[in-house]
Amino acid sequence: MQLVLEKRAERSNTIALVSPLIAIGLTIVTMSILFVILGKNPISALIVYFIDPLTDAYSLQEIAVKASPLVMIAIGLSLCYLANAWNIGAEGQFLIGAVAGSWLAVKTQGTDAGFWVLPAMLLLGAVAGALYALIPAICKVRFGASEILTSLMLVYVADLLLDYLVRGPWRDPAGFNFPTTAEFDPVATVPILVEGGRLHLGAIITLLIVAAAAVLLGRTIKGFEIRVVGAAPRAARFGGFNANQLILLTFAVSGALAGLAGIIEVAGPVGHLQPGISPGYGFTAIIVAFLGRLNPIGILIAGLFLALTFIGGEQAQIAMKIPLDVTKVFQGILLFYVLACDSLILYRFRLVFASRQVSSGTG
Amino acid sequence: MRKRFLAAVAALLLGGSFASGASAADKLKVGFIYLGPVGDLGWTYQHELARQALVKEFGDKIETTYLENVSEGPDAERSIEQLVRAGNKLIFTTSFGYMDPTLKVAKKYPNVHFEHATGFKHDKNMSIYNGRFYEGRYIQGVIAGKMSKAGVLGYIGSFPIPEVIMGINATMLGAQTVNPNIKVKIIWVNTWFDPGKEADAAKALLDQGADIIMQHTDSPAAMQVASERGKLAFGQDSEMIKFGPKTQLTSIMDNWAPYYIARVKAELDGKWKEEDTWGGLKSKMVVMAPYTNMPDDVKKLAMDTEGAIIDGKLFPFKCPVIGQDGKEVECKGGTRLDDGQVLGMNFYVKGVDDKIPGK
Repeated sequence: MQLVLEKRAERSNTIALVSPLIAIGLTIVTMSILFVILGKNPISALIVYFIDPLTDAYSLQEIAVKASPLVMIAIGLSLCYLANAWNIGAEGQFLIGAVAGSWLAVKTQGTDAGFWVLPAMLLLGAVAGALYALIPAICKVRFGASEILTSLMLVYVADLLLDYLVRGPWRDPAGFNFPTTAEFDPVATVPILVEGGRLHLGAIITLLIVAAAAVLLGRTIKGFEIRVVGAAPRAARFGGFNANQLILLTFAVSGALAGLAGIIEVAGPVGHLQPGISPGYGFTAIIVAFLGRLNPIGILIAGLFLALTFIGGEQAQIAMKIPLDVTKVFQGILLFYVLACDSLILYRFRLVFASRQVSSGTG
Repeated sequence: MRKRFLAAVAALLLGGSFASGASAADKLKVGFIYLGPVGDLGWTYQHELARQALVKEFGDKIETTYLENVSEGPDAERSIEQLVRAGNKLIFTTSFGYMDPTLKVAKKYPNVHFEHATGFKHDKNMSIYNGRFYEGRYIQGVIAGKMSKAGVLGYIGSFPIPEVIMGINATMLGAQTVNPNIKVKIIWVNTWFDPGKEADAAKALLDQGADIIMQHTDSPAAMQVASERGKLAFGQDSEMIKFGPKTQLTSIMDNWAPYYIARVKAELDGKWKEEDTWGGLKSKMVVMAPYTNMPDDVKKLAMDTEGAIIDGKLFPFKCPVIGQDGKEVECKGGTRLDDGQVLGMNFYVKGVDDKIPGK
C-alpha cells in the first residue's frame, strides 16, 4: 500500500478556495505544538500573534504601514510574473526610486519651494524605478540576457549608489559625518492620515493601485494580453501579441511601483534618506505576490497577513518573551504549508494498493 | 477570507478563558532594542549581559523586555513605540541607527525616558551614552606595533563613520609610537555582523601580508580565521579568547552594566535626568581583556599605556595630530583634539595609506 500524488484531470476550484484555510489550520496546529514545547500557553500565544494586533487602532495602523510597500511592489511583480518576465530586482528599483525622489527633497531643502515638491518627488521615484527596471528588460529583449540575474545584480548597484550618496554629496552637514541626509522639509514629507499615528497617504495610494491592477487584469485587453503571453506564449504569438514589448511594459510598470514605494517609504515613515531604508521589502514582496496567487485582491490580503505576523511577532516578543526566531519559524511554516496545500489544487493524494508503482508528478 | 477565518478562530479562542499575565503595576518596566541577535557574542551580547546584570541587581523591582534583530530602517520607530505601549518607562536603544526613531518616539511620549547609545541627538527625555573605545584602540595599536613582524596590520572596518575612523586613527597613533613605519590595510565589509563576510575579509587581509587582525565588526569569525592561520588578532566588544586561545592579544570590551544600573537606579529614585555620557577606561565603560600571547615587556608597555590613559596623563588624540595630507589638524581642545572633533572625525592620520570611502 502506498500513498501517491497524482495529477488531477483539471484544477480543483474547491481546493483552490479552501487550501489557504487548510494551510492556516496546519500552521496553527504546528505552532501550538512548538509553543507547548517552549513552555508557553499556545492559546495566549496565538491570541497575541493573530488577534491582539487586530483589536486596537494603533496596531491596525502599523499593519497598514508595514503592508503598503509590500503590496505596492507585489502588484507590480505579479504583472511581470503573469507575463512570464522574472523581475527579481524590485529591491533595487525600490532603492533607486527612493534615491531619485530624495534628490529633489535634498535640493529644495531650506528653500521656499511649495506644495509641488512631494508630488514631483513621487513622480521622480516612479520614473526612476521604471527606467532602472528597463535595464534588465532591454538586456533581455535585445541580447537575451537572463533578466533574473541582471535584475538581481542591479540591486547591489542601487544599494551602493545610495550608500555613496548619503556618505558623500548628500550627507547632512550638521550630522557629524554620519551617513544620512538631513530630515526632509514638511513639503517633502508624505502626509500623515491620523493625528499622532503613522498611517500615511501611501496606504491610500496602495489601495488605488490594487483597484487599478484589478481592473487592468480583469477588464482590459492589455490585461488579457499579459495573461495569454504568460500562460500560452505560442498562442499569444499567433494572436499577434508582441511578447518583447510586454516584457518591457511589465518591467517598467513593476519598476515604477517599486520606485514609488521606495520614495513613499523614505518621505513617509523614515523621513530622510539613509542606508538600510528597506528591510528587504523588494524580496519579501516576491513572497507576497505568490502568496496572493498573483491576484491583486489576493496580494492585498497576503500583504496584510504577512504584516500581521510581523507586528504580532513583535508583540509576542514583548508580551510573552517569545524569541524573534520563533516568529521567523512561524512565517516559514506558514509559507511551507501554503505552497504544499496549493499543490493539492493540481494534484491529489491517492492510496495505491497494487504492487505496481504508479509514476506521479511532484508538487 | 483568511481574515474571516481568523475572526472565527478569535471568537472560538476568546470564548475560552484567557488569563493575561497581570504583572505588578508598581514594577519599573525597562525595555531594550537590540541590533543583532542576543547570541552574537559581540555588541548585542554585551548589552544583553548588562540587562542580565540589571535583573540581578534589582530583582523584583524591575521587569525587563528586549526586542532583538531590530533593523535600523523604518521598522525601528514601531519597535520602540511598541515597547512604550507595553508600559516600559525607561528604554535603551542600543545602536546608532536608532537615533532618529528614538527621538521621534521621545517627542511623542514626554513621560517616558530614553537612553540612546552612540548617537549625538538628545532631548529632555532622551539621554545619550557611548564608550571611548578609541582609548582601547590606542593600546591595541601599541601592542600591534610591537608584535607585528611584517609591520602590516589588517583592519576590518564596518562602516566608514566617525566611530570607526577614530578607531583606525587611534590604532595608528598608538602603533606609530613604537614603529613609525607601521602600515595598515583596511577592508570595509559594510555590516556590523556577518560572520561570513568578516571571515572573508580576514582571509583577504592575511593574504595581503598582514599578520595581525583587528576588527570593528561584532562576531568572532575573524579571530577564528587568524587562529587557523596561526596569526594574531584582537577581540571586539567581548572577551573572545575562547575563539583563539593562542591568538587573542587582548579585546576591547564594552561594559554597560555600571551605567545601566546607575540609570535604572536614578529612574527608581525619581532622579533621572537627561545626560550626555562618554565614558572610557577610567569609568570602566571600556575594559581591556587580559593581555595574552605576548612577551612580558609588551605586556608591561600595554599596561603602562592603559594606566597613563586612566590617569589622564596620556591622550590618544593629543596635539599635534598630523593628517594624511601631512598638514597639522586644527587643535580645538588646547592640548588635544576636542570631543566634537573626535566625534565627527572624517580624516585619516598620517601613515594610513587608504582613502575614506565616499569622501
